[in-house]
Amino acid sequence: MESSTKFSRRVLYEGMRDGFPIALGYFAVSFSLGIAARNAGLTPVQGFWASLLNNASAGEYAAFTLIAAKATYWEVAVITLIANARYLLMSCALAQRFSPETPFFHRLLIGYDVTDELFGITIARPGYLNPYYTYGAILLAAPAWAIGTALGIIAGNALPLRVVSALSVALYGMFLAIIIPPARKNRIVAALVVISFVLSFACEYLLGISALSGGTRTIILTVAISAAAAVLFPVKQEADHE
Amino acid sequence: MNNYIYIAVMFAVSYTIRILPLTLIRKPIKNQFIQSFLYYVPYVTLAVMTFPAIIEATQTPISGAAALVAGILAAWCGAGLFPVSVICCVLVFVIELFV
Repeated sequence: MESSTKFSRRVLYEGMRDGFPIALGYFAVSFSLGIAARNAGLTPVQGFWASLLNNASAGEYAAFTLIAAKATYWEVAVITLIANARYLLMSCALAQRFSPETPFFHRLLIGYDVTDELFGITIARPGYLNPYYTYGAILLAAPAWAIGTALGIIAGNALPLRVVSALSVALYGMFLAIIIPPARKNRIVAALVVISFVLSFACEYLLGISALSGGTRTIILTVAISAAAAVLFPVKQEADHE
Repeated sequence: MNNYIYIAVMFAVSYTIRILPLTLIRKPIKNQFIQSFLYYVPYVTLAVMTFPAIIEATQTPISGAAALVAGILAAWCGAGLFPVSVICCVLVFVIELFV
């Protein structure tokens, strides 16, 4: 399969074309992330930098809930690690697709914005990875994500409560769009999603652990449930990298 | 606690996670437990963060619960990130007009 890994305007435009709908979705969802950031006490400028530097929906959201609870820096580091652990797998998959001729610094740049969606469109292209395709998508997606977050913080103060309430579920909609399609294909994932819902609910309302902060409960539940599943239902080597 | 230090910590961790496999560990992860654990983590952590938080984010639990059900159905039927989010938002807005 012959596919260039060098710069061409065509490849950059293809990336921008495929990145446009992603940027649109990011803009809407990051607006709702901005509402969470506002609750954590971040200013619009801080929200802009947090999103520009992190590019992570779940990771940022989890960190913001901890920041809102005045958590330690250590706790924020751990929750960021857990919520973003999937990017480790995606980067492993991407690493296999770099041409030996591609200069090293492209790895550092591509690593900047490994997200579910950008990983998805990058890995879907045949042959060696052309970094300029992904850069095209990042050029639109990363600013949309950062500006949306900042606007969410600003508008969270200005918009009526009912509108804020409606927008605040956009982020959960995005989470559902990530977990439900694989759950449909894989019964173990489906069962894990249900178990996670149930245990999360139980920890919130029924057990003594409700005294722990939401972020800490997320860490404990994620590690416990995922570790149990990894022991009971090991994934075969060929399993895909999502 | 300084917000900029929080942001720096978040950046350091999330960039390291993404960059390590692209630079240092270029070989695929062989250990089956770690591989399986990393495979399951995203689904579990996103599910844990979604529920019951979604029913607490809205003005009334009913609208949040409706958004959860609608979001699951829409995603199940193949709707992407943007449509699923919009469906959830619109549903909450409409329900809260009446509740």
